[in-house]
Amino acid sequence: MNVGLENYLVVSAVLFCLGLLGVILRRNLLVIYMSLELMLNAANLALVAFSRFNGHLNGQVMVFFIITVAAAEVAVGLALIVALYRKRQTAQVEDLTSMKL
Amino acid sequence: MQNLFFYLFALLTLLCAFLVVANPFSRNPVTSAMFLVLTIVSLAGLFVLLHAFFLAAVQVLVYAGAVMVLFLFVIMLLDFKEEELRKLNRFGVAAGAVSVAAIALIFIQAILASRPAANLPPPTLEGATQPLGRILFTDYLLPFEILSVLLLVAMVGVILLSKKDLK
Repeated sequence: MNVGLENYLVVSAVLFCLGLLGVILRRNLLVIYMSLELMLNAANLALVAFSRFNGHLNGQVMVFFIITVAAAEVAVGLALIVALYRKRQTAQVEDLTSMKL
Repeated sequence: MQNLFFYLFALLTLLCAFLVVANPFSRNPVTSAMFLVLTIVSLAGLFVLLHAFFLAAVQVLVYAGAVMVLFLFVIMLLDFKEEELRKLNRFGVAAGAVSVAAIALIFIQAILASRPAANLPPPTLEGATQPLGRILFTDYLLPFEILSVLLLVAMVGVILLSKKDLK
């Protein structure tokens, strides 16, 4: 059986769902962040597959942009986590309830 | 041969991604980070199979290099200890798993129902670095410049956030 677009899309969808599962289940802020990266990578895989099977490069340029934005996002997010840890001595989402009513 | 490599890399990607999210042996963030590196490298393998050679290189350099070093650096800096002691809320785990499984089912149904074209177009300008660079500096010049401003903003923001006396 020949590998087509749908195979790549299924892999991408399952990868996205694994990332979503991590965001929902895990309680450590850093692991939640890593799961976010997984979801971004799933989107990248889908875009590259579309770009390949449609025969033009716009999808790959999009992935290039996504990788750059993700790098900036990781830098800012990790700085936020470090600042939070310095203030509250925790990186568990259960302990961060000061905005709860 | 290509099919074999596709299944190999896809299996490796999904297995390592699962071990990032729910490792049955260890809840240590360092283990998750290491499996995330493996996931990213096998995704780069999938990119190579899709003839996106430049993006595969960028993926390894930026993600497996820079981003993961940043993650590991923060993990070392923060020094978690108490994670092992926490217990997961059983109801929350079940509800989350069920809803994510439902979303996965919807995705896969939608993909299989739309029946995308399976025939490969001839790889004329696919993934070569030169056409990618040309398109990046002609059609996408403005987003490219905005992106450089974004990186500058992120850098300033990070420096401001990591100052000692955060107001």
